[in-house]
Amino acid sequence: MSQSPEHIEIQSVLLGNDTPLPLDCGTSISDFNMAYCTYGTLNAEKSNAILICHALTGDQFAASRQPVTGKNGWWEAMIGAGKVLDTDKYFIVCSNVLGGCMGTTGPKDIDPKTGEPYGLNFPIITIGDMVRAQARLQDYLEIDSWFSVIGGSMGGMQALQWASAYPERCFSAIPIACAPRHSAQNIAFHEVGRQAVMADPNWQGGDYYASENKPTSGLAVARMAAHVTYLSEAALHRKFGRNLQDRDNLTYGFDADFQVESYLRYQGINFVDRFDANSYLYITRAMDYFDLAQDHGGSLSKAFDNTKTRFCSVSFSSDWLFPTAENRDIVHALIAAAANVSFVEVETDKGHDAFLLETPELFKTVQGFLQSTAKSRGLTT
Amino acid sequence: MNQQPKFTPKKDVRVDWQLIADMIEPKSRVLDVGCDDGQLLAHLMDTKDVDGRGIELSQHGVNICVANGLSVVQGNADTDLIYYPDGGFDYAILSQTLQATYQPHVVLEQLLRVGRRAIVSFPNFANWRCRYYLALKGRMPMTSALDVPWYETPNIHFCTLRDFTALCDQMGLTIEKSVIVNSAGKVMTQSHTGPIANLLGAECIFMLSRS
Repeated sequence: MSQSPEHIEIQSVLLGNDTPLPLDCGTSISDFNMAYCTYGTLNAEKSNAILICHALTGDQFAASRQPVTGKNGWWEAMIGAGKVLDTDKYFIVCSNVLGGCMGTTGPKDIDPKTGEPYGLNFPIITIGDMVRAQARLQDYLEIDSWFSVIGGSMGGMQALQWASAYPERCFSAIPIACAPRHSAQNIAFHEVGRQAVMADPNWQGGDYYASENKPTSGLAVARMAAHVTYLSEAALHRKFGRNLQDRDNLTYGFDADFQVESYLRYQGINFVDRFDANSYLYITRAMDYFDLAQDHGGSLSKAFDNTKTRFCSVSFSSDWLFPTAENRDIVHALIAAAANVSFVEVETDKGHDAFLLETPELFKTVQGFLQSTAKSRGLTT
Repeated sequence: MNQQPKFTPKKDVRVDWQLIADMIEPKSRVLDVGCDDGQLLAHLMDTKDVDGRGIELSQHGVNICVANGLSVVQGNADTDLIYYPDGGFDYAILSQTLQATYQPHVVLEQLLRVGRRAIVSFPNFANWRCRYYLALKGRMPMTSALDVPWYETPNIHFCTLRDFTALCDQMGLTIEKSVIVNSAGKVMTQSHTGPIANLLGAECIFMLSRS
């Protein structure tokens, strides 16, 4: 049985009550909650903390049961005792992003000024704002510098933003399957998703929280379209081919004849239980607005001027959402900035989603990088 | 883009590694172009305490490097050196890779732009074994160092010791040091400019600068 996100106990901290958090859109937000999970133990020097940044539809439950779906954490393969992100060695922090819907303040939460849910009155947020909010969490946890900031997709954008905005608070960064800016193609896909949500009559101009009817159909369609971009043709073909779902013949109708249709419908329906439609609009917008070079006079390498942060970037050969060439743009800018950078393109046919799956080459790369980085930071255990 | 693996000589003929290490000042900044699985880089970091970076074409090689904690970027010597800043390194090393590049002279130019010095090692195609193969057998040479048949080799621009020094002259490069190693792996005492070196030399290691 799934619960609605409103009824889940979540570890969170109220921030911005003394100093409001300035936002890129020109306003600020005060009294916002940051929900997070931690795994492992912070050492006495506070030098072993790793921040995990989640992707668009992820949450803070990186390595623990997701309370709504009851499923394992989205990065259980990576995080745990003896795993790549070894909880016997590192203190792992994963927060829900600003604008999210799993405990961090977002559009479904109450606007203290009106006593009503924010809805579309929630300010437009950016990746920079998400990272600024995470920096407040870092202050709260009294951690001067993350040992590493790691994330894939939108999480990779945050890792880049961290290294650029707070180089002294970010000893190393591992941006995976991401880009220094969201491409026109990716913005286009996001727009399809947003229009699907907004075309749902139940969306009601974003003011649906008091209503029985939520824009679940629109959100499910948005999720289905996005999900296709996370896979590759090879992965889809291997998984489903043109196999029929629970039938021997075509129905000559619009039921889910094919397994791939059934799978996408499942992905869509499953998603609406755990995600807020307005959050989807806000977070996709944040990704669309991300353009690290533009923030630095058009020069991406300027975003990393004189950086001391060590970088390890990984891309996947079959990722067409964030193709290797875009990951390489990051690497080339880092090289031009004389940064210490490693880069691997992992050969895989699993597409963009490879960063969430059992991908041994990714694991080996990240593990080796962290081990050598730990050595240079003097982390012994 | 060249996707071929680069020429990987057998480990026991990598006498050039120690000789390259001998040319390098401790604690310097080193870029190893075509670093394979990072063994030279690791050797230089261990013995010379260098700040080492690498470029390697093969995913396999880069994975091994990064998994072993080396800072290595997947890339191509022919096309990716342009991204490195001028004078970012004290030494840019091209070990046993020159002959696998598309434009060796352009790569040399780039090496001496990103590095104050370039250290280049390559097999001498004028070595007597190669001459013997070609002259008597009429076949493309195969030796212990060049153990891949012509149709499989990634090497596309072989040169002789003399060809290389002529190119350095033409490009106005200064040969600061040179070490020639014979087929038995012994360092030769002959000058690199002599015909003996060109006949008996198997491996050539040059340290270059731009005057």
